[in-house]
Amino acid sequence: MPKNPNVKKVMVIGSGPIVIGQAAEFDYAGTQACRSLKEEGIEVVLVNSNPATIMTDRDIADKVYIEPLTTKVLEQIIEREKPDSILPTLGGQAGLNLGMELEESGFLASHNVKLLGTTAATIRKAEDRQEFKDTMEKIGEPCAASLVVENVEDGVAFTNTIGYPVVLRPAYTLGGSGGGIAHNQLELEEILENGLRLSRVGQVLVERCIAGWKEIEYEVMRDSAGNCITVCNMENIDPVGVHTGDSIVVAPSQTLSDKEYQMLRTSALNIISELNITGGCNVQFALHPTSFEYCVIEVNPRVSRSSALASKATGYPIAKVAAKIALGYTLDEIKNAITGKTYASFEPALDYCVVKMPRLPFDKFITAKRTLTTQMKATGEVMSICTNFEGALMKAIRSLEQHVDCLRSYDFSALDRDALLRRLEKVDDQRIYVIAEALRKGIDYDTIYDITRIDRWFIDKIAILVEMEHALETQPLTLELLKEAKRLEFPDSVIARLAGIAEAEVKQMRYAGHVTAAFKMVDTCAAEFEASTPYYYSCYDGVNEAVETNPPKKVLVLGSGPIRIGQGIEFDYCSVHATWAFSKAGYETIIINNNPETVSTDFDIADKLYFEPLTPEDVENIVNIEKPDGAVVQFGGQTAIKLTESLMKMGVPILGTKAEDVDAAEDRELFDKILEETQIPRAAGGTVYTAEEAKEVANRLGYPVLVRPSYVLGGQGMQIAISDEEIEEFMEIINRIAQDHPILVDKYLQGKELEVDAVCDGTDILIPGIMEHIERTGVHSGDSISVYPAHTITDKVKETIAEYTRRLAKALHVKGLINIQFIAVGEEVFVIEVNPRSSRTVPYISKVTGIPIVDLATEVIIGKTIRELGYEPGLQKEAGYVAVKMPVFSFEKIRGAEISLGPEMKSTGECLGIAKTFNEALYKAFLGAGIDLPRHKRMIITVKDADKGEAIEIGRRFEALGYTIYATRSTAKALNDAGVKAKKVNKIQQESPTVMDLILGHKIDLVIDTPTQGRDKSRDGFLIRRTSIETGVNCITALDTAKALATSLESKNDSPLTLVNIADL
Amino acid sequence: MKAFLILEDGTVFEGTQIGADREIISEIVFNTSMAGYLEVLTDPSYAGQAVCMTYPLIGNYGICKDDMESKKPWPDGFIVRELSRNYSNFRADFSIQQFLQENNVPGIAGIDTRALTKILREKGTMNGMITTNEKYCPDDVIPRLKAYTTGKAVERVTCKEKYELKGSRDLAENGAISGSAKFVAADYEAGKREQKPSLVRKLNGAGRRVALLDLGTKDNIAHSLRSRGCDVTVYPATTPASEIIASKPDGIMLSNGPGDPKECTDIIAEIKKLYDTDIPIFAICLGHQLMALATGADTYKMKYGHRGGNHPVKDLATGRVYISSQNHGYVVDMEKLDSRVATPAFINVNDGTNEGLNYTGKNIFTVQFHPEACCGPQDSGYLFDRFIDMMNGVKMEVTR
Repeated sequence: MPKNPNVKKVMVIGSGPIVIGQAAEFDYAGTQACRSLKEEGIEVVLVNSNPATIMTDRDIADKVYIEPLTTKVLEQIIEREKPDSILPTLGGQAGLNLGMELEESGFLASHNVKLLGTTAATIRKAEDRQEFKDTMEKIGEPCAASLVVENVEDGVAFTNTIGYPVVLRPAYTLGGSGGGIAHNQLELEEILENGLRLSRVGQVLVERCIAGWKEIEYEVMRDSAGNCITVCNMENIDPVGVHTGDSIVVAPSQTLSDKEYQMLRTSALNIISELNITGGCNVQFALHPTSFEYCVIEVNPRVSRSSALASKATGYPIAKVAAKIALGYTLDEIKNAITGKTYASFEPALDYCVVKMPRLPFDKFITAKRTLTTQMKATGEVMSICTNFEGALMKAIRSLEQHVDCLRSYDFSALDRDALLRRLEKVDDQRIYVIAEALRKGIDYDTIYDITRIDRWFIDKIAILVEMEHALETQPLTLELLKEAKRLEFPDSVIARLAGIAEAEVKQMRYAGHVTAAFKMVDTCAAEFEASTPYYYSCYDGVNEAVETNPPKKVLVLGSGPIRIGQGIEFDYCSVHATWAFSKAGYETIIINNNPETVSTDFDIADKLYFEPLTPEDVENIVNIEKPDGAVVQFGGQTAIKLTESLMKMGVPILGTKAEDVDAAEDRELFDKILEETQIPRAAGGTVYTAEEAKEVANRLGYPVLVRPSYVLGGQGMQIAISDEEIEEFMEIINRIAQDHPILVDKYLQGKELEVDAVCDGTDILIPGIMEHIERTGVHSGDSISVYPAHTITDKVKETIAEYTRRLAKALHVKGLINIQFIAVGEEVFVIEVNPRSSRTVPYISKVTGIPIVDLATEVIIGKTIRELGYEPGLQKEAGYVAVKMPVFSFEKIRGAEISLGPEMKSTGECLGIAKTFNEALYKAFLGAGIDLPRHKRMIITVKDADKGEAIEIGRRFEALGYTIYATRSTAKALNDAGVKAKKVNKIQQESPTVMDLILGHKIDLVIDTPTQGRDKSRDGFLIRRTSIETGVNCITALDTAKALATSLESKNDSPLTLVNIADL
Repeated sequence: MKAFLILEDGTVFEGTQIGADREIISEIVFNTSMAGYLEVLTDPSYAGQAVCMTYPLIGNYGICKDDMESKKPWPDGFIVRELSRNYSNFRADFSIQQFLQENNVPGIAGIDTRALTKILREKGTMNGMITTNEKYCPDDVIPRLKAYTTGKAVERVTCKEKYELKGSRDLAENGAISGSAKFVAADYEAGKREQKPSLVRKLNGAGRRVALLDLGTKDNIAHSLRSRGCDVTVYPATTPASEIIASKPDGIMLSNGPGDPKECTDIIAEIKKLYDTDIPIFAICLGHQLMALATGADTYKMKYGHRGGNHPVKDLATGRVYISSQNHGYVVDMEKLDSRVATPAFINVNDGTNEGLNYTGKNIFTVQFHPEACCGPQDSGYLFDRFIDMMNGVKMEVTR
């Protein structure tokens, strides 16, 4: 069926800020879809509140609205833009829900707008629990049997029909408390009784327990003619019970025979056909490990995280094809762009093995529980490809950038057999390392399987790696052994460590013996057809097939690896734009990255894509083959920066700012020298290695001081210390991971935090604008609300900042981007930090000023000057709009995580509010972050003593807004004394009703809780904050944020928001 | 032990010996299925060939005897990148290594199967030798490789005598319906292995008698008919048409099989006689090619064939595309079709080659791909229902 001629203008809904469970994959999907629509001559209107995305670029869509994703806003945009259709299935669950709300309210029908792709009825069938169950029953596809019961008798009777064990889930309890697994009637009665009591509505869901079954997924495509194919299937190494986003996943499935594979494939096709889905869809199954019994766990009637993974694992562009299908094309009409010969109706055949590993944030949330459950906790993921499973696993491990490079990276050798057996029971991110240790201690496969339910095939593969470790430790390193170790993807450094020789020696032996990496293609067809735009992965057991090219100029762009807190999607934005800019300038571009969720790893972004770990050795393998003329590291975040030295050793020139200048910015002594030369003040401080030294420096400076490791991004490990005890505590935490670089101790200055991104061509600088943080210093810049243009500082401060930026950029010989953070205390400006590279504010400032700074920086790196590019150097004129960047957190997903803001970054994403006035921009930003107030007009204030004065002012403003204020004893007293009416509530351990009861009563809009200094020692405050987050109550821990919220609410009125089309700026 | 794969063009791959320690010469082909190595090994159509699996990890779930498509493996040799040292599946009986050894199938592992596949793709299917003789002499080996021909393979793989297979009288005989909760782990542990998943939900072929001409049939062809209720009589490939016609079957099924269809001159002559009757006929793969040759069409050898479980075929009557299981090196030449005799029913979406024919004015339809799957997708299993409809007197124009 050819393209539907009635579709001319399509609105695409993005997924909003990055949160756990909804990350960069939707930028990838949305970008691919928009490009695919534009290819067809369709006018694209894009809406997404997330400014860090590539899809919100003016060259991706025709109209770009970075506006809050609410139905009201979407309605306004539809009225203004009058699209004929909307495409809601590419913006994750957020986009899908919005599309559904617009459809259900009748708005779309009344405005003659069609939902493209899958229909609303289908989405309901797939998303509504009961409708889905009924549909599955109708076509004979099984779901895990379940029933909602209100008394113990019904629960027992139902369980007798489905058999033990059963999972019990009380309705509406905090974080699933009161639930559990019952293996017999006694346990059932006990848990059920308790659960019924705890549930607010007195209901408990009794469900057949399928924990421990194999978890298998199929990615399915279907067109409007009913043709369907599976793109790929995937097997979770962790059985049912761990969210697939947190599981180690392998593609294709490894332990399924054709009978099981086809049984589930046919089921997936039956389901997608019955649901009448057009586009992409993900079906998750639980498969009994010792029978053919299976259950359908879930269907996602949209492009998902798994489909991004499947796309990268196979080369099949799911989002692109889904967009074409939405326009009316059938699968046999859409060409497969990788081969150029086959069609989208060809199922990919893999001739390699893919492993995905989650990037979990426990390094950021050290108080959080590491346990993995059905609630996803990963912020990102890495994917690796190899000709064998062991190799793919080893590559994935070292791609994580969590100081891990092999199965010994977490040391459990101190545990004896019994302790190991107990440790195996714990389902967390370290489980494979524990299994490895269990194997080292001689625990047999069956015992490990019985505890973990991880298939013996995978256990055997881990055993193969453990055996290789042992061989390297105990046997002479022969060429034969080295070859096998490399086939299993042991890095040279690990081989050296195990064999007790120098890494250089291993490398030399390898080169002498011709044991070098070969590159193979991902071509969707297992080499059956010639490929035109393949991408590459390395292996050690084959001949190289990377196509040799000798263009005039060749550049290597290093990607930024997995998405984690502190290094998000912004760096992918920068890498992709740099790649495009180099391409435009006539360079052949090569990207190396390992993140399957990103745009940069789409097959047609760079001329060549290498899906590889970003370690020196892996990069060198590529350099040996490609021999690039240079590499750029300034766009790939810390991941790329860390590779600078190694690249130079390989003889690859670093394009742009030189490595020694990057070093100078990070090295305390060198940097101090530069500041002295340029006469720029900074907070006094010193570098230390030990707690003793740190205390000495701190006492010399006077508390409070800022403690942080150098060479980190996102303020990891950064803390404000007010005493010697705290210094000791923080130094201990920082030094848990061996530090190659010193630790910095600085005097803590309280003032306004300001930030600039600038382009420097060696002579001139271009500053698109100055951003001001709402929160005072002490809150990480990534977690601060950031305002452009800076609105509370004087022109003199602005001039000083521009001047300091110019001096610093010149002194550091910056060619390309530089990011500088300042503190203004009165009229005085201090430098906090200088990063001669791209930063997380680059996409934001580019979009709101309309100055494409990555493109400019790339041109500058190539040799153009700012003037040649048509810009007048210096601080640019302020735009006619105010843009507020609001951090977004995922605290509710990570149990036990401390939510209070501090110098360590905790936000996972951001959204933007852009408007003519500051107040409206601020309101939009809060709205975009999901803070849509007022609702119940009740709030709780509980602040530490030092904050009481400011709390009174805030309380007064909220009182004026009509809020009823509850406060704990001393805060209530302070408020009442100052004439702000506050109701006193009891602390948690006091008698009911307490502050906790209030929060749990679901009638509170907002909690303002400032934690006591340092890492919070008070259980109470921590509990209040956690409870708020887990019950969906907004919780603010910085007074500046609270003030901003009050401002936003004060300026709220009923008139519709003004809309800004970024493409017009 | 070291093993070598020597190709006609002089390329040599060095790897490790697997399976039987025996030297063979054979036609080297590749298969892109990611699962189903046992079904591939036991598909008689591979007689006279050595199969290279493009998926690198083979043997992961061991050998489950229940999944064999015939009584033994047929390829002359087996070529893989990595043979799993361990296997894991609840139904596995033993390892693939043991299976290859016991059945005297030699093979080679540890070679770059992708590089081999690319050679076959670029230069076309060619002969090769698998040997453990480190002192092989290329000047001696290569002329032998060039001279080698597979020869009449159908005679080797067909059954020696006819036999009868009863159809299911009750759906329960088919095992449990796929997706139903009838699969109980304890049953397997107790050795009740009949509990395989079945897609068949009605016995629409009950009472129908099908004559299946065994040109090298996979078991699932008969099974697909029997599970729908048909009684099946399997005839050796050399059976005269008159014997089959005399048995008055409701329908005739021509199976898949190995080799160059044009070599089967005697069988083609008998198939022409079957064509001349009014008995409904359904043919798969080699059967499809032989029916085409019997009725004046032509076949030719493809450069490297279609072998895998991911090929899209389009039903020209409905425009629907199905993913099919395929295994063929020859194809019917569509250029030379006489539309008064037969018209294309299916084509391959990728290369446009013929994938099926409707016979004009006849109750005959034939397909190049494998609706019986095993291994591969089950999407086109409905064709067995179409055949049953034909036997039940429903006209050909049936759409699904």
